[in-house]
Amino acid sequence: MTTQHVRLTVNGEVREADVEPRLLLVHLLRDVFLLTGTHIGCDTSNCGACTIHVNGQSAKSCTMLAVQADGAEIRTIEGMADGATLHALQQAFWDQHGLQCGFCTPGMIMQAAWLLDQNEKPSEAEIRMGISGNLCRCTGYVNIVKAIQQASGQLGSGESAPIEAAETVEATAAS
Amino acid sequence: MIPAQFDYVRPANLDETLKILADREGEAKLLSGGYSLLPLLKLRLAQPDLLVDLQDVSGLDAIVETDDELRIGARATHRQIHENPIIVDHYPLFHDAAGGIGDPQVRNWGTIGGSVAHADPSSDWPAVLLAARASLVCRSAAAERVIAAREFFLDTFTTAIEPTEVLVEIRVPRRVRGVGGAYQKLERRVGDFATVGIAAVVKLAGDGRIERAGIGLTAVAETPFAATDAEAALEGEAPSEDVYRAAGDAAGAQSRPADDSHGPADYKRAMVSEMTVRALRVAVDRARANA
Repeated sequence: MTTQHVRLTVNGEVREADVEPRLLLVHLLRDVFLLTGTHIGCDTSNCGACTIHVNGQSAKSCTMLAVQADGAEIRTIEGMADGATLHALQQAFWDQHGLQCGFCTPGMIMQAAWLLDQNEKPSEAEIRMGISGNLCRCTGYVNIVKAIQQASGQLGSGESAPIEAAETVEATAAS
Repeated sequence: MIPAQFDYVRPANLDETLKILADREGEAKLLSGGYSLLPLLKLRLAQPDLLVDLQDVSGLDAIVETDDELRIGARATHRQIHENPIIVDHYPLFHDAAGGIGDPQVRNWGTIGGSVAHADPSSDWPAVLLAARASLVCRSAAAERVIAAREFFLDTFTTAIEPTEVLVEIRVPRRVRGVGGAYQKLERRVGDFATVGIAAVVKLAGDGRIERAGIGLTAVAETPFAATDAEAALEGEAPSEDVYRAAGDAAGAQSRPADDSHGPADYKRAMVSEMTVRALRVAVDRARANA
């Protein structure tokens, strides 16, 4: 069996490894580089738990080979915080209770970061479509959406009125 | 899930790619975005000896109009197509379809050529290309062939591409006045494969009648196909709900859906009829707006 040498930049640091061509990128990150913040959920490119950035574009790292990423710039959840200072999205997920079990959270944050790179102030609908490739099985989407709204400056950290519930109350009152 | 072993090469250009395919005829598989192929490799439904990654082959992702065609490079991602200004302004069928494929991560990496060459019986692009009467340009070291979409999708995961060929471009008849198109996809959740997908294109004549129709269906047969009976029911008729319904019923009757987790065959046939009607309403509205 032949291996190939890969050299990639992960969170600003050059990393190298000899890998089998069939090694998945998520396994390189987790098992070789020991960056276990990127999670493996479904392993079938459905759930988005393994979402990272490859050359600035969000990608499911279970659906990319390590050799495909040779030469690429990779960003993972470990590259988000600045020392002890959380990234605005991490802080917002904390403030808004945007997680329950936390398994989907690294992927959610990486996908949200990509979304905000494309669109600084997404609407609620745009946020929901933007994270449509990321599944949360605790069904915590309301608080995840609120966290992304907070990180994009559209909701204060202390504001907690659930957006959708407010609409429901209004609709009930009107009927 | 771990794929079986394979070798991996990343040729620098198309000529090098074609040479590899010729030298390793039948042993190699092309890798574009990977969002169709990698799941198959992981399930070991595909076990090629060699993967040929096209990421360094430049010049295959342009989207341009010529005097008579829209040309989409095979390596254009779903997202590039969805956001391209020419597509946004003038090809709503392609805009609709591109925006509904998978999810944002899939659209960032998945390419039209990869999707079409993979020929999943439930994928969206084949229905679009069938309805639009597109053609597909395949190149080998020896020659270039232009294959009509209607002669391209042969069976489940099977197309007219030869093992020594690369799909390089999709060619679509250029927009003209009186043409409108729409894509309607029934899916259980956002991002799912279609339960039923239908692409409709109509060309209205000066008197408002439907001069030409194209109907492409996905997920309701062993491979996407053109619903020619529905097209025949439309051509020469003035647009009306009755005509749409007749076309929808013809499309349903021509479908060969399977019972599966998306629903029983009868349900899918009924949904083909309904979604065809809905797509035709939008396509005709767009054709009138473009008169």
